[in-house]
Amino acid sequence: MLATARSQIRVLARDPILLALIAIIFAAILLFVVYPLIMVFIASLQDRGQWTLANYALIGERRLYRNALWNSLSVGALVGLIGVLIGYVAAFVLTRLNVPGKRLLHYLMIVPIISPPFVSAVSIVFLFGNNGLVTRQLLGLQDFSIYGFHGVVWSQIFTFAPIAYLSLRGVLASISPTLEDAALNIGASRWQVFWKVTFPLSLPGVASAFLVVFIESMADFGNPLVLAGAAFPMLAPQAYLEITGSFNLARGAMLSVILLLPSITAFAIQRYWIAKRQYVTVTGKPTASTSKVVSTPVKALLYASVLLFALIVLTFYAVIFIGAFTKVWGFDYTLTLDHFFYVFNVGLDTVKDTLIIALITTPVSGIFGMLVAFLVVRRVFPGRSALEFGSILSFAVPGTVVGIGYVLAFNQPPLLLTGTLTILVLCFVFRYVPVGIQSGIAVLRQIDPAIEEAAQNLGASALTTFRKVTLPLIAPAFFSALVYAFVRAMTAISAAIFLVSANWNLMTVQILNQVGSGRLGVAAAFSVVVIALVLVAVIIINAIVTRMTRHMTMVKF
Amino acid sequence: MAEAVQIRNLVKRFDSPDSPGQSVFAVRNASLEVAPGELVTLLGPSGCGKTTLLRMIAGFEEPTSGDILFGDRRMNDVAPNRRDAAMVFQSYAIFPHLSVYENVVFGLRLKKMPADEIQKRAERVMAITGLTHMANRSPNQLSGGQQQRVALARAIIMEPRVLLFDEPLSNLDAKLRDQMRVEIRELQQRLGITTLYVTHDQIEAMSISDRIVVMNGGVIEQIGTPREIYARPATRFVAEFIGKANFLKAIVLDGETIDVGGVKVRYVNQRQPGEQLTLVLRPEAIALSPDAGDFRATVKRAMFLGNIAEYLLEIEGVGEWLVDSPNPGESGLFQPGTRIYASPSKAALHAVE
Repeated sequence: MLATARSQIRVLARDPILLALIAIIFAAILLFVVYPLIMVFIASLQDRGQWTLANYALIGERRLYRNALWNSLSVGALVGLIGVLIGYVAAFVLTRLNVPGKRLLHYLMIVPIISPPFVSAVSIVFLFGNNGLVTRQLLGLQDFSIYGFHGVVWSQIFTFAPIAYLSLRGVLASISPTLEDAALNIGASRWQVFWKVTFPLSLPGVASAFLVVFIESMADFGNPLVLAGAAFPMLAPQAYLEITGSFNLARGAMLSVILLLPSITAFAIQRYWIAKRQYVTVTGKPTASTSKVVSTPVKALLYASVLLFALIVLTFYAVIFIGAFTKVWGFDYTLTLDHFFYVFNVGLDTVKDTLIIALITTPVSGIFGMLVAFLVVRRVFPGRSALEFGSILSFAVPGTVVGIGYVLAFNQPPLLLTGTLTILVLCFVFRYVPVGIQSGIAVLRQIDPAIEEAAQNLGASALTTFRKVTLPLIAPAFFSALVYAFVRAMTAISAAIFLVSANWNLMTVQILNQVGSGRLGVAAAFSVVVIALVLVAVIIINAIVTRMTRHMTMVKF
Repeated sequence: MAEAVQIRNLVKRFDSPDSPGQSVFAVRNASLEVAPGELVTLLGPSGCGKTTLLRMIAGFEEPTSGDILFGDRRMNDVAPNRRDAAMVFQSYAIFPHLSVYENVVFGLRLKKMPADEIQKRAERVMAITGLTHMANRSPNQLSGGQQQRVALARAIIMEPRVLLFDEPLSNLDAKLRDQMRVEIRELQQRLGITTLYVTHDQIEAMSISDRIVVMNGGVIEQIGTPREIYARPATRFVAEFIGKANFLKAIVLDGETIDVGGVKVRYVNQRQPGEQLTLVLRPEAIALSPDAGDFRATVKRAMFLGNIAEYLLEIEGVGEWLVDSPNPGESGLFQPGTRIYASPSKAALHAVE
């Protein structure tokens, strides 16, 4: 082992820049991913400088914490189940059935992914809140409350079902319909074909989608903060309240460790157990043929349910949009631009801050992600799998935990970063780079390594190879990494809320504050601005990447 | 410019993927000297270690032990991008995001060579390889043969110390393969670059090489000119891998005679009487006759292949022989079941280990 490591380092040492780069990446991941987590653990085990388990004992002693844990777990499980059900139906309809409007429906399914995390929460307040359009104005209900369990569950379903949809879409698209044809051909009924062939083949994907939604739901901060209400405590907002409300870092840290454990467990199962059981049958042939497994009435039913979901998503966005132009929702529906004036006067600094942070985060995170993917796939060095694990670990860590970790880790010299732009950028880069790394790895594994060897053979150093050959070749992954980083930087809340300051504030935090102080119109206007900026950025990034790789469209791998 | 390549006791050991702790030898103790300007092929079945050996020379694999020298300079610790050993890859490895011209000048641009010098060299090389009129095309608009030429042009424009080919023709169809083979050989001789060429195709190896290195199971079995390898194979493996071969069991009678299945055959040797021998006999070195000859035989199978007839004979008291008989169109075919006589050409007998 040691001899292997030594010879690997010797090979790397021929390219000193590469060796230095790997060392820097290792150090950065240790410092900005692992170290803050350790600080959270340490803080949770201390009370006024003494080592103690007293904080954890509070889970047993205090009803509030017990409830928060139970509520978070049950919401996560339920949202996971319903989200996967919706995601599966939508993925099945949009990949396997011949129905009209598939493209449009696909986009409607995924818009919630690129919008601020609590668009659906704010819409639900607009529609079903105390002065909700539906509950108060239309139905005239007096004592109906959306706040609590069902409010959070509803809102999270519309936020996270699209994630299940996207991952199940990939799974279903990779199951060749010829397998279903074969089963029909040897005499299975349609019902049997689905339950004996299609469903078992997609089962690992279903489990994986469930766990991803579960992780997202557990970590979610925005929806619970808007919709949970005081009577329904949940872990992530509770940890936040402990720290900002009662200045009790130890308890906040303890709650975030409790929050971390189920997430990490789910992540480990998803990654190391289920991922190995995926029956992906990549043949290189597009599976264009449609499924014959579904009879016409069932098809109509499935299609109708997807339409319904898309319609609700559309409604949510329409409500936000109209709400942004409405004087006082619930009382005075006159159209107005006041909320936007507010956003561009009082809130202008926040808009600028958010954009600056996102514009720095995006290229850094994109290039860093591709670089790590390149190193992990194409270079051999000791600790390679540790590097891969460390770099995607933050995907499984709830933002609340990261936020608290950063506050604990970087609030004193020499690493006094709290309140700065740097801490926000670092937090976003390391939090959102895993998606770029993963898609970079996936694309890179499909590219013949000989192409990069050829560059080296012609005299290119490792970094030149990366810049001139690898990066243009993995442009699709680079593009998605850039878009993802930008979208997340614009819409992040759970970690960022611990790190914003008077100098550097974020629009998402503003949205939450406005909701908190009852100014829903301003919140809606901020949301509309965020969505507009994200759309513009996606278009610009797309144009840049397309130009950068103008030959690529003609190339097939 | 042309430089000798020396390989001394080169070993490549991998950790076994199946049983951890165990190791697999891809190359065992290989030694080889390639003279300046010589073209040497590494020939063997897949998995024999030839590609690993080539990749070690290119610097993509790290030798477990042993030395690689270009001229008198040890290359083991030189990074692949500093070895000046241009390689033509089996998959061509053309940069799909660059045009043909950009592909060809990729290496020169990295060297920061002046633009007019690059231009000049590119024009010459692209003329030699017949790419002049497709400089601005994208690689995916090219046929397999054209892509092959791009890969070749990209390597030779570097005027490298050593040129490496990794099964460059295996993705082409048969006709194009024959044509490119000739072109590569002519180009190599014109430029005089020391060349190592990996292939599993014995005809390709025979037709272009100054010398052939036959490998099997990570071991070099024989190094020699195509003639030597064919006429005097060192081992049974070499004899079987290069062309077709019959193996004869014989017992030495004296310094000039051996016994093959009861038939006395003249074979000059320096062995002890009574010693057992295995001899190689090529199918085309056997003459057939309906009435007289050394061995009595029965035709078991006869195939007309145009330029030759291929027979499987049962030789009485010896076993089965393959025989290739020239010009069957003139003399007609011996039908299966026919009893005939077979006479080996005495000069073609060659003992193997």
